[in-house]
Parts: sequence; structure tokens; C-alpha cells
Amino acid sequence: MTLTAEAAPRPKRAAKPSRTARTTDQRAADQHAVVTAVERAADGVVAITLAHPEGRRLPDWTPGAHIDLVLADGTMRQYSLCGDRWDAHAYRIGVLRDPASRGGSATIHDTLRVGDTVRLGGPRNTFRLVPSPRYVFVAGGIGVTPLLPMIRQAELLGADWHLFYLGRSRSTMAFLDELVPHGQRVTVLAKDEVGPSDLGALIGPARADTKVYACGPQRLLDGVLAAAEADRWPEGWVRVERFAAAEQGEPARAQPFDVVLARSGATVTVAPGTTVLDAVQAAGAAVLSSCREGTCGTCEVAVLDGAPDHRDSILSPAERRANTCMFPCVSRSCSDRLVLDV
Amino acid sequence: MPTAASTLPIIDADPFGPRVLADPLPFQHELREAGPVVVLAKYGVYAMGRHAEVQAALTDWQSFESGAGVGLANFRTEAPWRPPSLLLEADPPHHDAPRAVLTTILGPRQLARLREAWEADAAELVDTLLARASGGALEFDAVPDLAGAYPLRVFPDAVGIGPDGRENLLPYGDMAFNAFGPRNALVERDAERVGALSGWVASQCAREALSESGFGAQIWEAADRGDITHEQAPLIVRSLLTAGVDTTVNGIAAFLHAVATHPRAWERLRRQPALIRGSFDEAVRLESPVQSFFRTATRDVEIGGTVIPAGSKAVLFLGAANRDPRRWEDPDVFDVDRDPSGHVGYGFGLHQCVGQHVARAEATAVMGALARRVEAIELAATPRRHLNNTLRSWASLPLRFTVA
Repeated sequence: MTLTAEAAPRPKRAAKPSRTARTTDQRAADQHAVVTAVERAADGVVAITLAHPEGRRLPDWTPGAHIDLVLADGTMRQYSLCGDRWDAHAYRIGVLRDPASRGGSATIHDTLRVGDTVRLGGPRNTFRLVPSPRYVFVAGGIGVTPLLPMIRQAELLGADWHLFYLGRSRSTMAFLDELVPHGQRVTVLAKDEVGPSDLGALIGPARADTKVYACGPQRLLDGVLAAAEADRWPEGWVRVERFAAAEQGEPARAQPFDVVLARSGATVTVAPGTTVLDAVQAAGAAVLSSCREGTCGTCEVAVLDGAPDHRDSILSPAERRANTCMFPCVSRSCSDRLVLDV
Repeated sequence: MPTAASTLPIIDADPFGPRVLADPLPFQHELREAGPVVVLAKYGVYAMGRHAEVQAALTDWQSFESGAGVGLANFRTEAPWRPPSLLLEADPPHHDAPRAVLTTILGPRQLARLREAWEADAAELVDTLLARASGGALEFDAVPDLAGAYPLRVFPDAVGIGPDGRENLLPYGDMAFNAFGPRNALVERDAERVGALSGWVASQCAREALSESGFGAQIWEAADRGDITHEQAPLIVRSLLTAGVDTTVNGIAAFLHAVATHPRAWERLRRQPALIRGSFDEAVRLESPVQSFFRTATRDVEIGGTVIPAGSKAVLFLGAANRDPRRWEDPDVFDVDRDPSGHVGYGFGLHQCVGQHVARAEATAVMGALARRVEAIELAATPRRHLNNTLRSWASLPLRFTVA
């Protein structure tokens, strides 16, 4: 292992120095990566490996994290990292060709080749692995991707764990080969072999020593959450990651509301049909955003006053109640006025 | 114990001896010029002082672990003096959950809610001090009266500890930061009070000892949500109390010393208060309140033609890296127009100071309040250093303030 110093050459003093302190969580999609491998992982699934164009380290990440992948045509999609965080020089993602996709996954399958350059945003983590003596992992199809590094972590932590991996058929289920060494800890539930699975039976009654992590299609997650509620699992003990935004129903108010930009003192009125994100950006605030559907977490802003109408798929009920932050790409306001730290 | 290759530079100076601690700059120079990696003869450990290698080693947590301790003592072979920190002295995967919880609690989102109150506290403290001025000027020792007074006024309340025993915070931090060094006279001096100070700090970390809404209570609430365990919560509170006071006191003192010795900088900060926040980082770069941390190689790591063997300790001199002329133009100058990004004063990589937003918020509040009321800040007498194995600290910083 060779440690190479990767510091940039000594910069000349900037005429107009940047004073913006950036944290790793605020990294924009300004990093380039090169595709170093494209491998078939299952029917309709490719595993893509990315590296820094100059062979440097990629930003650190934790299990459950995702990146924004920006293709040459500007399409941006979020993918969970499913590789080895101890290898700082490679990211791996699994991409399912989604017939209902808006073009991103099809473009990746049809056109992305080794040597191509993409842009990256993140990593961000809205699906963190928290400590537990025991874990139950529930994967639906390509939802297995964020769970693979979690499984490795559970092993390292000496936790007891079990993975239920649901899919249509084994040929469509990626990374099964990597799960073989875990033997009895993994239950593969291919629908064409065993029929539909009873999610309530899989996660079972609430246990203080167990945390449940589920990732997959909407129907699977709704099933897991319904089973968890029926079995009185405490909030925070069952955690899900969505590919797509959860249904939110109608906004809390149909009338316009004011948003105060605390840093500039400006006030903008947000009309129905306009997002808070668009309104504050039009007022000159620099808010980074990505998915624009309340799933990726990029545009998080601090709420200083007022009651947001949370419409994202990220915050837990407790976090929603705290009202300290919101995702302005989808969330709106219950109160006449919101004060945001932008 | 490294077996130095014949080409590996050896430095005899003791970086933890009183001479170097009182003035580390000549040692830092010797270290940087000797090579990218050297051996410290007195301790038989590797050392680095150039910015590129220090920053790279801090970033590469896979090759340089923290779990064997970030001081000279190797936790794999020696018992730590206290239960190890779940943050500073831990590696992934154990490090992840405590870090994520503190990153949220001490993040800009939470601090935005404290900013107004902290600015009011700073203004009140400055007004009270300046009320003693006569003839438009006054002198006082800025270490106890300002750099120490302000963090002790806002931070323990923000954590939510009780009013009694707060005088133990600075001695506890001083002791903990000494303990990263060798068992020299500075550590021996603390031997008698280790038990009492540690006991007091431990008692502050219990749920019932903390106010309902502070950082401490939020750590316990994170345990209720399952983000960390209830066993981890008190140790994470302890991290705040250990690392959150002395460091900030020395950072603010460093800022005050820098403006007192660079009068044009103060004029500029008064005219353009928006520069204060970034200038605090420039002061942290220049002074490096935390001077050094150790790491332990997890495998044979090659750096600049030298192999640091698996299991070896290496000490990274943050202060030396922050004044490395290979990285910084005029490194010994406090320049409010410099972009100090990339300094390693808060460390770097996944262990980078989780409280840095708190430190910036405190320093910005204090210096902002001063900028509104004080026209000039000068040294009133020769400052005196307080020696610590890890911290670059002041015993006394007598300043003269001219009221605007």
C-alpha cells in the first residue's frame, strides 16, 4: 500500500478569496469519475465501478449512502453505493434497467462504457446503519444494493443478522453469488419459486434487540411499514430507503405563504404550484438540489421559524416534529410564514 | 519500535519537552526540512510535518487507524488512562454512529438557532469589559477575561450541564490533551487530580445531570431513537466536554493574538466584518491550537520512499503542516485575505473536528462584538505560554483595547 500525497499544488492567493466553508455533506455534483468496469450482475442489472480520473481517493462514505450520478446528457439519478468502503479508490453501484424510468437507467445500460466520464454528487446518507446486536435486512430486487455494505458492517461488528432477499426470480436478483458464503443467514425468496412472501412473518414481532432495514419498491416498503406498525415496532427500529418518493397527499394549505430568507432578509411569496426551492432560488439564495422529489436530501435547509408541511421521503416522524429542517424541493408550509436559514 | 533505514532522518529534539513546547517553530522547521518522514529518537516513533503527507495520512483512515489511540500510548499494548473516546479513538465501523449523531447535533442547522443568543452574550460580555475603560482604553488579560470567559459562558449551557463544578472543565481538558503525549512532568503533575476530575466529568454526562434541550439531552434523545445505544450516550457527552472548551479558548486567544500583532488586519476586519469567520480559520491555521495527533499504521505504508511498518505509531504535526512553505505562501503571516481552506488545524478526513462549526460560531460572535466596539487591539505586555503536550496555549495574553 503506497500512500501518495494528494494535496493540490500551492495555490496562488486568490484575488477574491472564497470564504464559503463547505462540509463534505454539501458537495455538489462537481466531481468527475471514470467508469472502470461494467459487469452484468443479473437479468437487467449492471454493476458499475467508478474511480477518480487521476486515481485519487474518492470521498468517504458509510453503508446506506448514495451518490448522484450525472450522465453526459445531464440526466441525474441516485444510486446506493454497494462496494467496499475500505477501498477508497472505487465506488460500485448496481443499476436496474427500469422500464418505467425517465431515461437514466436505460441510458446507462445502453450507452455507458468503460472509460466514459460521469459527474458525481454526494455521497449522502439518509439510510444510516445504527448500532444493534441484531439486524433484519429486507431487500426487494435492486434494493439489495445499500444492504450489501450493511451486511459486511454487521459482520465486522459481530452482530447477529439475517437477510430476506425478495425478487421475481433468481435470474433477476443481483449479487446472489456474493451472498452465498453467508449460508443460512440469507433467505432468498424468489416469487417464481415460493410465491408471494408475508412481510409481517419475515420481520416478526417487535424486538428491542433488533433493527430492521428495508429497501426496495414502494409496495415492499409499504408492506414492511404496515407490518411494523401492526407489530408495534418502535419508531427508529424499522428504517426504509425509498427509490421513489412516497405518496404525500394534498398540501396542507392551498393559499400562498411567505418565506423569509434569514441571511439576506428578503421575503418571497410562494404560490401554489411553485416549489419553495424555486422561489428561494429566484430570490437569489444558493441552495443546491438534486432529485427534486424529496428523496435524496441534497437541498436540506434549516428552518428558523414557522411550521413546514413536510412532504419528503427522508425525515422520520420525530425529525418532522422537530421542525428544524426541511427539503424545499417538495416541502411547503403549514404556517403563513417560514423563516429559512438561507 | 521502528528500525530506521539508514537514509531515514533522525531528530533528537524532544517535541514534548519544555523548550519546544514553549516555541515549537524551530522544531517544526527542522522536522519539515529533514524529510517527509523522520524518526523521533527519544520516543522511537515516526513523525511527519509536511502538509501534503500530514493531510494524506489524516485522510487515509484505512492505513492509519485511530483505535490504537491518537497519543503516544498504543492501546493495543497499554491500557488507556480512561475508556477510549467513541469518536477520536475509534475507527469505522464503530466510529460511524456516534459521529453521525454529533455531526447533526453540532451542525449548522442546530447552531443557526443559537446564533442570536450567542451574539447577544458576546455583546454583553464585551460591553461589561469595556465599561471598565478609562480615557477610551483599557488593559486586561484576555485569556481569563475574554478567550476563556466566553466559551465558559456559552458552551456548558449549550451542552446543558449544571452550574456547579464548571471550573473543572479547563483542567480536565488540559489533562486529557496532556495525556496524548509522553508521561512527562506535565502528565505527572496531573496524576493526583485525574480521579477527581474524571469523576466530575463522568457525573455531568448522565441523563439526569443534563438540561432538557441542550446538546447533551439531544445525544440521549438520539439513543432513544436508536441512532446510538444508551451505553454510548454518556461517552459522547464526555467528548463534548473534553474537546469543546480548551480548544476553543485557545482558538479565540490565537485570533486575539493574531490581530494584536497585525494591526492592519484588525482595521480590515472592522471595515469588513464578513471576513471575521474565515479569518478565524486563518488564525487556527497559523497557531494550530491542537499541535499534533498520533496514528497507528494498519499495514506497511510507503511514504516518500520510507515504509512505516504495520503497528507503528506515527505522530502528525498539524502545526508544522499549517506553516509548511510548500503549501502556504508566507506561512508565518496572519493574512485575512488568505483562503485557509485545506489547513489541518481541525484535523482532516473523517475525524475532522466535529465541533468546528461551534468553534467558528463562538469566535465569530466574540470578534464581531469586539469589532463593533474596539478600534485597536495591541499587546500590553509580553504574553506567556501555558505548556501542554498537545495544545498550543496561553497562560496570559495582556492586551490593550482602544474603545471606538
